Amino acid sequence: MSDAEEIFVPLDSLAVALGADEIAGAFFDADFDVVRTGSRGMHWLEPLVEVEKEGSRIGFGPIDPDDVAPLTDAIKSGDFAAHPKHLGAIEAMDWMKAQRRLIFARCGVIDPLSLADYENAGGLLALKKAAMMTPDALCAEVMQSGLRGRGGAGFPAGIKWKTVAGADADQKYVVCNADEGDSGTFADRMIMEGDPFLLIEGMAIAGLAVGATRGFIYLRSEYPIAERVLSEAIRLAYNEDVLGFDVLGSGKRFDLELFIGAGAYICGEETSLLNSLEGKRGEVRAKPPLPALEGLFGKPTLVHNVLSLCAVPAIIADGGKAYAAIGVGRSSGTMPFQLSGDVRHSGLYEAPFGLTLRDLVEKIGGGTRSGKNIRAIQIGGPLGAYLPPSKFDTAIDYEAMIAIGAGVGHGGVVVYNEEVDLLEQARYAFEFCAEESCGKCTPCRIGAVRGVEVIDRIKHGEDHAKNMGVLADLCELMIDGSLCAMGGMTPIPVQSALNHFPEDFAFPSKKRTFGAGAEKKP
Amino acid sequence: MRPYVGRAGGLISALRAVQAEIGYLPSETEAAAATAFNLTRAEVKGVISFYADFVRKPKGETVIRLCAAEACQAQGSRMLEKEVCRRLAIEPGKTSASGDLTLEHVFCLGLCSAGPAAMIDGVLMAKASPEKIVSGFEATKESKK
Repeated sequence: MSDAEEIFVPLDSLAVALGADEIAGAFFDADFDVVRTGSRGMHWLEPLVEVEKEGSRIGFGPIDPDDVAPLTDAIKSGDFAAHPKHLGAIEAMDWMKAQRRLIFARCGVIDPLSLADYENAGGLLALKKAAMMTPDALCAEVMQSGLRGRGGAGFPAGIKWKTVAGADADQKYVVCNADEGDSGTFADRMIMEGDPFLLIEGMAIAGLAVGATRGFIYLRSEYPIAERVLSEAIRLAYNEDVLGFDVLGSGKRFDLELFIGAGAYICGEETSLLNSLEGKRGEVRAKPPLPALEGLFGKPTLVHNVLSLCAVPAIIADGGKAYAAIGVGRSSGTMPFQLSGDVRHSGLYEAPFGLTLRDLVEKIGGGTRSGKNIRAIQIGGPLGAYLPPSKFDTAIDYEAMIAIGAGVGHGGVVVYNEEVDLLEQARYAFEFCAEESCGKCTPCRIGAVRGVEVIDRIKHGEDHAKNMGVLADLCELMIDGSLCAMGGMTPIPVQSALNHFPEDFAFPSKKRTFGAGAEKKP
Repeated sequence: MRPYVGRAGGLISALRAVQAEIGYLPSETEAAAATAFNLTRAEVKGVISFYADFVRKPKGETVIRLCAAEACQAQGSRMLEKEVCRRLAIEPGKTSASGDLTLEHVFCLGLCSAGPAAMIDGVLMAKASPEKIVSGFEATKESKK
């Protein structure tokens, strides 16, 4: 190989959307060996480029095309610190130092499409170990780890694994839910783009454990870069017998296919996803039967979110007991939190459960980017609660969040400054539900439309008191009567907005009369 | 259609392939898919109408998608949309009279941490501004000439 200097530039969607491809091209033209990696998760510094010096990776960011020429000079002269965008050693930065990266350990470090790099950084150890373990032993490790589904429901993974493993069928499936549609979440996308072999390894282990020989990744169509990286990674994995009829010489088969969705939020709901994967309309199914017993094509199916499957290799490599020791109470392990909205330090931060919302938003996130006050955060995506600063001292774990009427969801936290109008946000929750409802059950299909109408009446002061009652009623009905979490949880953002920010629902509203709310006239 | 028959989710993958090729799903596609997959035409139509990605009419030559979800709202996407609509004289969900542009909503492009997000003909844009979108649109239009 050449003795040209290596430079690391992310291929991650977010970095690319900020110009990383142009930056990579400019370094290539300047005769550098350009290695495309995932993102480190420090999104306020993207595009972030790195150079290796004396065994550590030195970062520069955010890099504009204009920065490339001076940076090239600085690198060639060896005087890195002279460059104004010099960040020092990445691992020594506060944001990175304080994390516990189990899932994202390799993301941003290695070339995501080099299986050799993956192995050198500890990859495939767990799958090799799993190939020699019995299905019972594998399920027992996952049970002992206390891992709970990271897609939003928080269901104990071990119970699911045992159910599928115990089901008797001629064909079983492992299905990865990569339909990451929740606004404010991007961890699935980042790991699929930055370390795709981790997901493949986790799925292969799951296949061996539950006796499934076929797997599918259901990826949303809004993630074209993840699609490209994953399909190439699957091809490479087949070449090296990580996938196929003889997984790492175990004599056991595991085939994996990538399926691309067609733009439907509801397909993130597992039964809707299964219908979609069968080529049908993505309408939800009534449960029972559970997908673990009658899932894809009526066969026992292990359906897991990307992050749940990506947690598996660490659990098998180090043991379920070690994993259970991380985190708090019944929320074991780490969670990749995703910070966005009006926050200075936005991005991905993986930490054990148990840190508080205030730690995350104020200490780690550094408060708002705009300098305005924080008025609310929404945790857990479009079906998650809006919380005021008075709740920020709550620890982030499954139980503590439920206790305040919220949920961890997929770990997304969106920060809103004082300009937010919570009535508009509540209206949007219904609007979104109306748009994305699969239409199968009435409370969700009709309720969402009625919700928008009722909120509009409240906004304009029509029969205000009566309509406030109708809204409360409607929320209750949707919670009790909907078939799945879409209709059943749409009232969560609405009710939390009502409970914590009642002033925004008053008429006339101070926010809309005097403030800088959504209806402010120029 | 043939390579997709018998595969999991084959109908959806086949429809995606047709649309990638010609930009929309004409009514002949429904008939062809129904025959290939041994379904009724109503079933095929049901699938097409369910998914936001599938369209039965051609879109504009350039498609701008603006994220309308919460994280982008918290970073000014509502104002951005108003301004883009004003400058390009278009409404969300509509195609311009000349057929050069379709503007649509998308719910989340996964670029939440650097919003507002947009996509012009499949190319991602983070920290979008009216200026960036208009110049991106002009450049895309120019590249097609």
